Amino acid sequence: MRSPRGVPWLYMAPALILLTAFLLLPAVDTLRLSFLGPRSERYVGVDNYAYALTSSQMLIAYRNNFIYWLIFATALVVAGGLVIAVLADQVRYESIFKSVIFLPQAISFVGAGIIFRFVYDFRPDLGLINAILDGILPNYRPIGWLVNPTYATPALILVFVWMWTGFTMVILSAALKGIPKEIIEAARTDGANAWQIFRMVQVPMVASTIGVVTTTVIIFVLKVFDLVYVMTAGRYETNVMANRMYVELFIIRNFGRSSAIAVILLLAITPMMLVNIRRFREQEALR
Amino acid sequence: MSDRVKRFLTSLPLHLVVIAIAIVWLVPTLGLLISSFRPPQAIRSTGWWTVFGDFFAESQWALVNYEEVLTTQGLAQAFRNSLFVTLPGTLLPIAVAASAAFALAWMEFRGRQTVFITIIVLLVVPLQVTFIPVFRMFSRLGLAGTFLAIWLAHTGYGLPFAIYLLRNFFGSLPRDLFESVYLDGASQWQAFTMLALPLSVPSLAALAIFQFLWVWNDLLVALIYLGGTPRVAPLTVAVANLVNSLGAEWYLLPSAAFITMILPLIVFLSLQRYFVRGILAGSVKG
Repeated sequence: MRSPRGVPWLYMAPALILLTAFLLLPAVDTLRLSFLGPRSERYVGVDNYAYALTSSQMLIAYRNNFIYWLIFATALVVAGGLVIAVLADQVRYESIFKSVIFLPQAISFVGAGIIFRFVYDFRPDLGLINAILDGILPNYRPIGWLVNPTYATPALILVFVWMWTGFTMVILSAALKGIPKEIIEAARTDGANAWQIFRMVQVPMVASTIGVVTTTVIIFVLKVFDLVYVMTAGRYETNVMANRMYVELFIIRNFGRSSAIAVILLLAITPMMLVNIRRFREQEALR
Repeated sequence: MSDRVKRFLTSLPLHLVVIAIAIVWLVPTLGLLISSFRPPQAIRSTGWWTVFGDFFAESQWALVNYEEVLTTQGLAQAFRNSLFVTLPGTLLPIAVAASAAFALAWMEFRGRQTVFITIIVLLVVPLQVTFIPVFRMFSRLGLAGTFLAIWLAHTGYGLPFAIYLLRNFFGSLPRDLFESVYLDGASQWQAFTMLALPLSVPSLAALAIFQFLWVWNDLLVALIYLGGTPRVAPLTVAVANLVNSLGAEWYLLPSAAFITMILPLIVFLSLQRYFVRGILAGSVKG
C-alpha cells in the first residue's frame, strides 16, 4: 500500500536513530581515529596501518585468521554439517541426534572454553585427550594442546567446530529435505550407490545453500574473538585480528592502532558483504 | 539369513558412525557436568571418568562447589545481573525492530531498498569498529558502566539481524490478507498491531530466543560497556574473571560454567524448533 509521505520513516525512526548512533557514525568515526595518534591527539598519517600490516603479532593474527580459521575452520564446519545432515537423514532417531550436535549452539564461548580446558588438559589424569592417548599408546608423552604453538590454534578451531557444526547442519539438513524424493529414488533405481547419490545429486542440489552457509561461517571466523580470549588470550601464536584489536584498545590503550586494526577487519569482511548484497538483489528480483 | 537381519547388518556401520559422532559431541559437556558434582579433592586429582569405577558411592559426589561459587564467588549476584541485562536486552531490540521491519516489508516508499541494503551491510559489520566512539559517547553521557548503557548497546547491535529476520517473516505473510483489511478500512497501524504481529508470534519467539542467547552468552559487549565490578558484572564476565583469578580453587570452574549454561540450555531444549525456524529464515533464502 502506498503510504502517506513520511509515515514509513516514522515507523523506522527509533531503529534508524539507534543504528546511526551505535553502528553507522561510530564506524565512520573509527575510520577517522585510525589516522590519529594513540590518544587521538594528532594526525599520524598511515603510521597505524604500517604498524598493523607489519608487526609480528599482527602477522601471526593474519596467518591464523586467513589460513587456519578461514580455510580449515570454514571447511570443517561446512563439510561436517553436510555429512552429519546426510547421516542424520538416514536414521530413525534423527531428531535426537541432531539435537545433540546442535546443543553447543546454546553454550557461551566462556562455557565452552571451560569445557574444553578439561578436554585439553596437559595432565593425563585430568585431560581427556591425553588420558585416552596415554591409555592406548605405550610410552606416550602428554602434549600441552593449548600451550604448544603447533597445536594451540588447531585446538581452538576444534572447539569452534564443536560449537558451530550444529548451525550448518540445521540449515543444510533443511535444504536436503527440500530435494524431491522422486529424484533420489530415480537415481537409486538407476543403480547409484549412497556415495554417488551424495556427490552427484544431493551436493549439487544444495549448492546454493552451501554457498550461503559458507559466507556466514567465513564472516564468523574472520571476527572470531571470545574463544581465543577465554582459552589462550592470544598466546602461543594463537592471536587473531579481533583479539589484537581488543588488546590495543583496553590493555595498551592505543586508540589509533586499535582503530586501524578494526578497519582492516572490516575490509577483510567487505567481500562477504558484497556477496550478501548481490544475493539479496537476486532474491528481490524473484519476489 | 532373514531380510531383517540382513538389513540390520548393512545399516550397522551407519548406526555405529552416527552414535560415535553423537558420543564425541556429548562427552565434553557430560564430563564437565560430572566434574561439577565431584568433591574438590577428587576434581583436583583424577579425571571425571573415574567416577564410573564406583558410580553410586556417596563419597564420589558433592554439592559444595555450587554452594561456594554461588555465595563466596558471587555468582548468584552475577546470575541476577545477567537476567537484568538480558530481559531488556532481548525485548527492546525486538520492539524497535518490529515496526521498522513492518515498514520495510509492507510500505512502499522511496529509499526502501537503500535502507534495507544498509541493514544487510550492518549485519556483518564487526562490532569492534564501533567500540571506541560508543564508549566515548557513554562516558560523555555518564552512562559508562550502567545497565542502561548495555541495554542500549544490545538494542543497537541486535537491530540489523532483528530487522532482517522480521522483514523476511512479515514479507512472507500473504498479500491478500493485508489488502482485505485495508479494504475494510483498517489503518496501517491496525494492520501492523492486529494482523502482522499476532500472525508472527512463532517468528517473534524465534527472534527472541536468538537475541536471548546472544545477549546472555555475550562477553565482549559486557566487558567493554559494563566492566567487571561484581555489582553489575553478568555471568560471562564474572566467570571469565574466575578463570583468570582462581588459583588453587580452579576446581570451582566446572560448577561455575554450568551455572552460566543452565538457563540457555533450558530455553534452547524447550524451544528448539523456534530457534531452528529463526536460523532457517535468517539464512536459507533463494
